[in-house]
Amino acid sequence: MSERAAIRARGLTRRFGTLVAVDRVDLDVPVRHVYGFLGPNGSGKSTTIRMLCGLLTPNAGEIDVLGLTIPAQADALRSRIGYMTQKFSLFEDLSVRENFEFMAAMHNVPRERARRRIDELIEQYRFANMHKQLAGTLSGGQKQRLALACAVIHEPELLFLDEPTSAVDPESRRDFWEKLFDLADTGTTLLVSTHLMDEAERCHRLAILDHGRLVADDTPAVLTGRLQGRTFIVDASDPRRAQRTLAQARGVLGVAQIGHHVRVLTEAADVHDMPGHIHAALAQAGQHAQVTPVPPNLEDVFVAVTRHAQAMEPTA
Amino acid sequence: MNLRRLWAVVLKELRQMRRDRVTLAMIVGIPVMQLILFGYAINFTLRNLDAGIADMANTTGSRALVMDILATGVVSPVATVNTPQELMDMLRTGRISIGITIPADFERRRSEGREAVQILVDGSDTAVQNAAQQLARMPLDSAVPSLRAPAASTPPETPIGIVSFYNPERRTAVNIVPGLIGVIMTMTMVLFTAVAIVRERERGNMELLIATPLTRSELMIGKVLPFVGIGFLQTTMILALGIWLFAVPVRGSLLDVYAAAGLLILANLTLGLLISTRAQSQFQAMQMTLFIFLPSILLSGFAFPYAGMPRIAQWIAEILPLTHFLRLIRGVMLRGAALHELWADVAALAVFITVMMSAAILRFHKRLD
Repeated sequence: MSERAAIRARGLTRRFGTLVAVDRVDLDVPVRHVYGFLGPNGSGKSTTIRMLCGLLTPNAGEIDVLGLTIPAQADALRSRIGYMTQKFSLFEDLSVRENFEFMAAMHNVPRERARRRIDELIEQYRFANMHKQLAGTLSGGQKQRLALACAVIHEPELLFLDEPTSAVDPESRRDFWEKLFDLADTGTTLLVSTHLMDEAERCHRLAILDHGRLVADDTPAVLTGRLQGRTFIVDASDPRRAQRTLAQARGVLGVAQIGHHVRVLTEAADVHDMPGHIHAALAQAGQHAQVTPVPPNLEDVFVAVTRHAQAMEPTA
Repeated sequence: MNLRRLWAVVLKELRQMRRDRVTLAMIVGIPVMQLILFGYAINFTLRNLDAGIADMANTTGSRALVMDILATGVVSPVATVNTPQELMDMLRTGRISIGITIPADFERRRSEGREAVQILVDGSDTAVQNAAQQLARMPLDSAVPSLRAPAASTPPETPIGIVSFYNPERRTAVNIVPGLIGVIMTMTMVLFTAVAIVRERERGNMELLIATPLTRSELMIGKVLPFVGIGFLQTTMILALGIWLFAVPVRGSLLDVYAAAGLLILANLTLGLLISTRAQSQFQAMQMTLFIFLPSILLSGFAFPYAGMPRIAQWIAEILPLTHFLRLIRGVMLRGAALHELWADVAALAVFITVMMSAAILRFHKRLD
């Protein structure tokens, strides 16, 4: 990587009692990237983000964020980062403008500049006709927009977003992501956690977390490219039965019913004629089907890497 | 310490408070309600106790005695019966709290100097018992000149004279109202701050705040300052109502009254902050507040005299800010003392504030773990 890293972590580990929430994670987040954190609930995404901002102390590992050693230099870091929490955490009983004013003061944005910046953000994030409205009365999408606008009021170099759009409709989500790319364009590095595949697909680079472990880390294109030739659509007369049959079949990693079809992910191609193999497996159970290869998507990647990790579990 | 950030926290608190009707109602409602409740309902000098009278002698002397007892105002007659047995029944069923029995041989007993009147008391209430004892000390001779036969041999009624300073009328309100400033402040101030911080943690605001450059002391002091203003507002309300409704005197300087109130406000606010660093939920914060509030009411000298408490209770009382405040405020308002004459209690409160504030700031971490 030619560009310097905004975040660099080695062997990051955090335990809560006997639970290992984050397990020896290595991370390199390049500057000006939208870097995605994909993983199911409880996979350690929030815990990792909190450790990177200096809100949680790791049990082991080294963190370097924007050239600062975390958590030792966390205080110096706070004025250079923005953090958008998973739950809406602005003040519901303050108006939109009052929330802006408060956050500007927290980050010590000079008064004159804060005034201009707030007007600019109100315009840019479309709060012009509701800047006197209490934040608690905003819709889900508006709240997310306000939270993002407040998180960038001091123009941070690095922005952490913890599942920013989990409670938002698709329309607002698309709108929200436009804003994220605008920010990346102006030089901000963004770390976004999500459990939504369509969001993960939009990231420049992606890390997949499972049970606290980093199981994949690359661009979405490379990650899906690795599964080339391993994904198929099966058209069967009884997709429900076909799904059950294939779930038992040798060499099959994942089966999911998608409407009238069944989507199949297979293991690395040690069998040369995979479509024939699937066909045979179904025929054995007295079912007829048509098997068509399809390009892999991130969901396949996710299934592949998490299955793989589970297979490793007993020996690890 | 960044003043801009500090002011932003204060302003935010004030704005939130303005929109929180329940808290606003508590700020004004609790002092007014408590003052009226304590001032009117709680009266340690009893008046108009329900009494039954059994005058079996029915002589001029006995009738004059009954009239004289009634004239004290301590009792008011609700029934006149013929036998002590009936009085006992009424006492048991709670129709009367005091029964006055005058035996048929009242005149003879009086001339012989024996016990001439018997007062039956409902002893289940100690306040009533005290009132009855007052009645028993009544100088009977003034009613009937020859009530006790050999007047010459009677010892003086009160060998030790009591001169009561500062509250000669023994009005309870005079004693209660200054203390009430402290009680109300202990009740509201601790709770307000404890809840104010815990609420932010519950709503998730705290995670946002600790991810900003806001420092611990800016947050703590910013949280406390608005409530200092509210504390003074409450003090003013109680003082004004106390003076207006109960004619409570302010014999010392008003400035000293407010200085003492300021010390108690700070002591309670810092205590509230410390609770807030411990409590996980608003409900827990309220429980912990109650844990402070009850000993404060019972041991501080507000309800029972400090001097009568066992040694251990006195030690606990010395830790409670309300104890010291009561000594200060009664000294200033009722005895006209200056604050510097009561320096020991001022110092105690100052130490309490310093310890609590430091502990709260130290215990509050800008971390989630």
